Amino acid sequence: MSLGLEHYLILSACLFAIGLFGALSKKNTIVVLMCIEMMLNAVNITMVAFSRYVTPQFLTGQVFAIFIMVVAAAEAAVGLAILIAIYRAHKTIDSDKINSMKD
Amino acid sequence: MGLQIAFWILAAMIIGSALAVVFLKNVFRAAIALISCFIGIAGIYVTLSADFLAGAQVLIYIGGISVLILLVILLTHNIPQGSPANRLRVPAFLLAVVFLGLMIFSILNTNFPVSRRTPIEPTTVALGNLLFSQEYVLPLLTVGMLLLSAILGAIVLAREK
Repeated sequence: MSLGLEHYLILSACLFAIGLFGALSKKNTIVVLMCIEMMLNAVNITMVAFSRYVTPQFLTGQVFAIFIMVVAAAEAAVGLAILIAIYRAHKTIDSDKINSMKD
Repeated sequence: MGLQIAFWILAAMIIGSALAVVFLKNVFRAAIALISCFIGIAGIYVTLSADFLAGAQVLIYIGGISVLILLVILLTHNIPQGSPANRLRVPAFLLAVVFLGLMIFSILNTNFPVSRRTPIEPTTVALGNLLFSQEYVLPLLTVGMLLLSAILGAIVLAREK
């Protein structure tokens, strides 16, 4: 059984589903951010796999993956800075306790 | 044959460490597992003959984002609390399982137009030419601006008043 596009797509779907579960169900905001990074990486695997198997003569998927990486880096920097600001103001990063905009 | 063995080892490593990120109680250990997940993904890029992206993955994710996450874990002293699940655990699990099932069903039932041509290798020169070509130079500059504003925003947010 040779390696095909489907293997990579299913691998990335598994990684995305694990990340989705973690991002929705965790209380610790750092773990939520880590799961979001995992989901972005799963999308990157899909992009590169399509680029390799469907259009190997162009590199469009890899260019998209580079842009996703840059946006992920920006997202991580801003997200973690917001986390530090929240921790300084509320002394917690529990996503259930950060609810001052609710009431 | 070697490619297949490498793929299965890397896939097991990625899925195993992703599960460890979600299920480990200690946040610091979860971050270490996340680094191993990123290393596996860099290996997957190598098997997909995307050598530049593999290098960029190691530099940006392992060298940058993981270190940032570890630093914030140390700054927020939250390790003893661990990473418990909130009350959405069961619906989130069901949603993830349904999503995975739908994705696998649609992947296995789609006929992708797989090309038989050999991929470009090495990709660095071709990617550089493509990024600075007519189509992608405006997105490239925009993403540079995005990165600059994100860095400025992060500094402003994290600064002591």
